[in-house]
Amino acid sequence: MDSAFTASSSAVGEAPTSGEHRMGTTIVGVCYNGGVILGADSRTSTGTIRFLLDLHVLWDVLALPWVDSAWGTGNSVADLGMYVANRASDKITSLTDNVYVCRSGSAADTQVISDYVRYFLHQHTIQLGQPATVKVAANLIRLLAYQNKNMLQAGMIVGGWDKYEGGQIFSVPLGGTILKQSFAIGGSGSSYLYALLDHEWRDGMSQEEAEKFVVKAVSLAMARDGASGGVVRTVTINADGVTKNFYPGNKLPLWHEELEPHNSLLDILAGGSPDPMVQ
Amino acid sequence: MEEQKWDQPMGGFNAASRSQMAEAAAGGEESQRTLYPYVTGTSVIALKYKDGVIMACDTGASYGSTLRYKSVERIKAVGKHSLIGGSGEFSDFQEILRYLDELTLSDHMWDDGNSLGPKEIHSYLTRVMYNRRNKFDPLWNALVLGGVKMGPKGAEKYLGMVNMIGTHFEENHIATGFGNHLAIPILRAEWSEDMTFEEAVKLVEKCLLVLLYRDRSSINKFQVAKITTEGATIYPPYSLKTFWGFSHFENPAQGAVGSW
Repeated sequence: MDSAFTASSSAVGEAPTSGEHRMGTTIVGVCYNGGVILGADSRTSTGTIRFLLDLHVLWDVLALPWVDSAWGTGNSVADLGMYVANRASDKITSLTDNVYVCRSGSAADTQVISDYVRYFLHQHTIQLGQPATVKVAANLIRLLAYQNKNMLQAGMIVGGWDKYEGGQIFSVPLGGTILKQSFAIGGSGSSYLYALLDHEWRDGMSQEEAEKFVVKAVSLAMARDGASGGVVRTVTINADGVTKNFYPGNKLPLWHEELEPHNSLLDILAGGSPDPMVQ
Repeated sequence: MEEQKWDQPMGGFNAASRSQMAEAAAGGEESQRTLYPYVTGTSVIALKYKDGVIMACDTGASYGSTLRYKSVERIKAVGKHSLIGGSGEFSDFQEILRYLDELTLSDHMWDDGNSLGPKEIHSYLTRVMYNRRNKFDPLWNALVLGGVKMGPKGAEKYLGMVNMIGTHFEENHIATGFGNHLAIPILRAEWSEDMTFEEAVKLVEKCLLVLLYRDRSSINKFQVAKITTEGATIYPPYSLKTFWGFSHFENPAQGAVGSW
């Protein structure tokens, strides 16, 4: 998630591949046989360029540091090095008791969109006399995303449960397209998950299988995506309500080239191993 | 096209001032500029045949170079007499479908025994696209509109297209995107008046296959649709077999080390 201001004016006539604008997050939503599970990492990153000019303009966080020759090198023109503003953010936000949204892209934009939609849904629920449906919530997100597409950088996954259609997941990527899917991934970390999902996704998993799968997916993405990290949060929504889970680093599986964490080298040495390279 | 107040839910003041701030920072460009597409569909092909119009496209929607969504329906029925196929920005296509829903609903509510035919729908879309283009705020699509309606001279087939800058025309065969370059030459050579359904499908599949080989944004999952006097039929998605058995493909280095 990027938390600085977003400049809406990029160069006119930019090639369509600028649609590959990636956002510092990994978000996942899956349907299982009783409802949905939403998952996300917890890293909010920030980076500014040209802060000398007091002009905080956030470019694509994955862009290389940009040095203006007019200012000369050594001047504080490069970005601040991708600071982690919040290492435990909660990117899965409630819209109603039965519908949540995973947010990626600009933190500010998605927060405001969520606030507006929560407000609209609150009124809608009162008027309707019963809980709002997931479809309505997703479409409200879409309305804001589409009608303000020039100004927003928000990729969202809406997931929830209602009594009519059960668990549903809706993807609302940049531009304001809306697509109902049985699973959805988003954010910059999602690039690393397409292959995993193509390979291992199955319809109609049980709740435990689906939860394990979501945690596996988010933690794999966090292993490789610099813009994702921290803890894994999941939210399960079904007929019985909402369950939230929290997986700190030590509860996540270890992947390739990752090592068992220790308190100190001294513990390893004290462990009696003559060769410090051997764990 | 009525602009409802709903259009500025962020508050006209905030939205305008923020984009103005951004423009001031960037050195001043006009307020409503051309945006760029994010989630895009690739070619749509269509042609007239004996019983009506056949339209086909793949079921993919790309996000830059990523083939992100693979089960997207880019051809939809409109009213009783038409099919619309859309390439380009998918959110804009979804919005156009909403406009068409409103249009066909009010047409239906007239309850006058008449219904909008493909020519009228095409005309409506042309106005929408051209007027948005004039405001420098285009709907980033190329739309194919095909249909059949009974007229005084019997069943009248219609096929046309309109794109984001408002260019529109009618033809016996249409292709958008890459199809312009790869499919149109094939259609020009092999289309004929009053093809049977089977001949039309084979011709369309020939084009789809070439696009699959040569268009990076295409995927091997297609939908074919037809519209006749009996109504619209959109067939379930299917894949085509591809051919890789050229000896040159298997042995490109024969005769020249490194194949070049």
